[in-house]
Amino acid sequence: MPRILMDAEPLLSVRNLKTYFQQDEGTVKAVDGVYLDMNPRATLGVVGESGCGKSVTARSILRIVDRPGRIVEGEIWFRRPAANGGPGSHAVDLAKLEPNGLQMRSIRGAEIALIFQEPMSSFSPVHSVGNQIVEAIMLHQEIGRREARDRAIQMLRRVGVSSPDQRIDQLAHQLSGGLRQRAMIAMALSCSPTLLIADEPTTALDVTTQTQILELMRQLQQEDGMAIMLITHDLGVIAEMATDVAVMYLGRVVEQAPVDAIFHAPKHPYTRALLRSIPRMRARSRERLTPIAGSVPHPYDRPAGCPFHPRCPDFIAGTCDREPPAPRAVGDRHIVSCFLYE
Amino acid sequence: MLAYIGRRALLAIFTVWAISMLAFVIIQLPPGDYVSSYIAQMASMGSVVTDEEAQNLRIQYGLGQPIYVQYWKWMKQIAEGNFGFSMEWRRPVTEVIGERLWLTVVVAVSALLLTWVLALPIGIYSAVRQYSIGDYAATFVGFIGLAVPNFLLALVLLYLGFTLFNAHIGGLFSPELQDAPWSLARVWDLLKHLPIPALILGLAGTAQQIRIMRANLLDELRKPYVVTARSKGLSEPRVIVKYPVRMALNPFASTIGYTLPYIVSGSIIVSLVLGLPTVGPLLLKALISQDMFLAGTIVLLLGIMTVIGTLISDIVLVWIDPRIRLEDT
Repeated sequence: MPRILMDAEPLLSVRNLKTYFQQDEGTVKAVDGVYLDMNPRATLGVVGESGCGKSVTARSILRIVDRPGRIVEGEIWFRRPAANGGPGSHAVDLAKLEPNGLQMRSIRGAEIALIFQEPMSSFSPVHSVGNQIVEAIMLHQEIGRREARDRAIQMLRRVGVSSPDQRIDQLAHQLSGGLRQRAMIAMALSCSPTLLIADEPTTALDVTTQTQILELMRQLQQEDGMAIMLITHDLGVIAEMATDVAVMYLGRVVEQAPVDAIFHAPKHPYTRALLRSIPRMRARSRERLTPIAGSVPHPYDRPAGCPFHPRCPDFIAGTCDREPPAPRAVGDRHIVSCFLYE
Repeated sequence: MLAYIGRRALLAIFTVWAISMLAFVIIQLPPGDYVSSYIAQMASMGSVVTDEEAQNLRIQYGLGQPIYVQYWKWMKQIAEGNFGFSMEWRRPVTEVIGERLWLTVVVAVSALLLTWVLALPIGIYSAVRQYSIGDYAATFVGFIGLAVPNFLLALVLLYLGFTLFNAHIGGLFSPELQDAPWSLARVWDLLKHLPIPALILGLAGTAQQIRIMRANLLDELRKPYVVTARSKGLSEPRVIVKYPVRMALNPFASTIGYTLPYIVSGSIIVSLVLGLPTVGPLLLKALISQDMFLAGTIVLLLGIMTVIGTLISDIVLVWIDPRIRLEDT
């Protein structure tokens, strides 16, 4: 049963999240003050270069950040439906929960599910696919093994796995890449989560399979009504799937807006530069792409102030290199962290 | 899967055959034939072997005939349960080895079990809590265990046992039960004596296995399927034990094969120091005194045990890793 939430309030609201990795060599501020808002049923695309903190943000929300990573500050408000399935809902701050405590574990997998890039290695190579799906179902639902197995088969059928009653007993390496990602989606959605975090779900797949998987996710979203956080560095995928977009740079969300606003009226200099750097369909032949000037700073050596200021064409000396800019609304659901709009 | 085990079993039989050739070569190694050295041995003790007796022995072992005939006769006798005659002990080899073989197996297997019982949880802990104080402690103790020769450890324990508790910790039985027939009391006595030799013999292996387990598990803990398991909401111990530990067990299981002979052959000096009634010291003595039928038999039996150990580890591997099972079909 899909869980019904009112659309008015955000499903997920991340406030000033900071996840640091304290190491002998220094502190890596992988996530350094992230603000995010997600509505129920929405698809939020999270884009940014490699190492900008997209995945760590996702893992922070699930509270499965690897050692020595730790949430040092911030709030992650997640709205849960009423316990008995009745109307009403309440929000919990995931950042305050014990990562391996009962409450967090009852949310993880059941209300927030994760699929990620490597469909090959995300399944255990020595357990059957079915064993791993049934495990997830039985963990969060009070049903017997036989019933859980039936539900897993049903789920595999829904995601388009042919002869699911045979596939269920196979090992991951006996399935093709596309089928594995389908099985992964079946497992993630087996407990009807309200939020699905997809961390580069199609990066390892070929283009045809990629389109099929994205189509499948969209279809399942319409049926089940979950929200999807789609992490990717592929702006094409974003344009195709997302209702809203959050652009990340060096551990911060620099701009969040509805997808049309991002592509047609980007505000932040980084978003603009990012859009200029992708090839266009209707470009003149042999037209040069404009790369973003400079390179991403070393994680131990983050610039003070706005992290983008050393590469920013609109850099304001004495302002941008002092304090990081605070997020500011510049339009309907359009939020930018930049001194140009202060 | 059956085809896989069948193929392994076939290989095992072939290996045993090769070992039997080796044992036969060992028996043939000393200069002169067996009967001449037997006669010389007897003469040195003052008894005389008649020509008729000598002739019978020569026929029995096919001496003077081609080497493959001799080998064949030896194998035939073994099939009948006759492993030859020990000159040193002047008794049939089977009688000399007697229960020593089984005691060797008992000591080796308990050392192996102890190795696992210790290495598995410590290795898991060391990997999951990498660079913690407990990990460093396990590493430290482990390397000491690896570096100290086990006979030295045996000597130290003997000394400590004697000076501190005035107890003799050697042997596998109390003196009064040494030659007693098997009874519950004797089994209990054996169990009481077993931990010390098992610990001494198993320590180096334990240290090694801790390192293997730790390294394997550290590799596995970073794999995406662990994140998947965690993201389902499984409890952390369940995540670790069901997924990465299961994977890390693979190389662990394949060590059964070579740990067994390592413990048996590595136990000779320890067995001498502790006075354990195992085949190790017997083999040493037999080799020194050129008691060739005894030595050959022991080599043959140890070889067969090793092959069986390897076969067991192969079967365990198939059982814990379904991928091997599937490769075959």
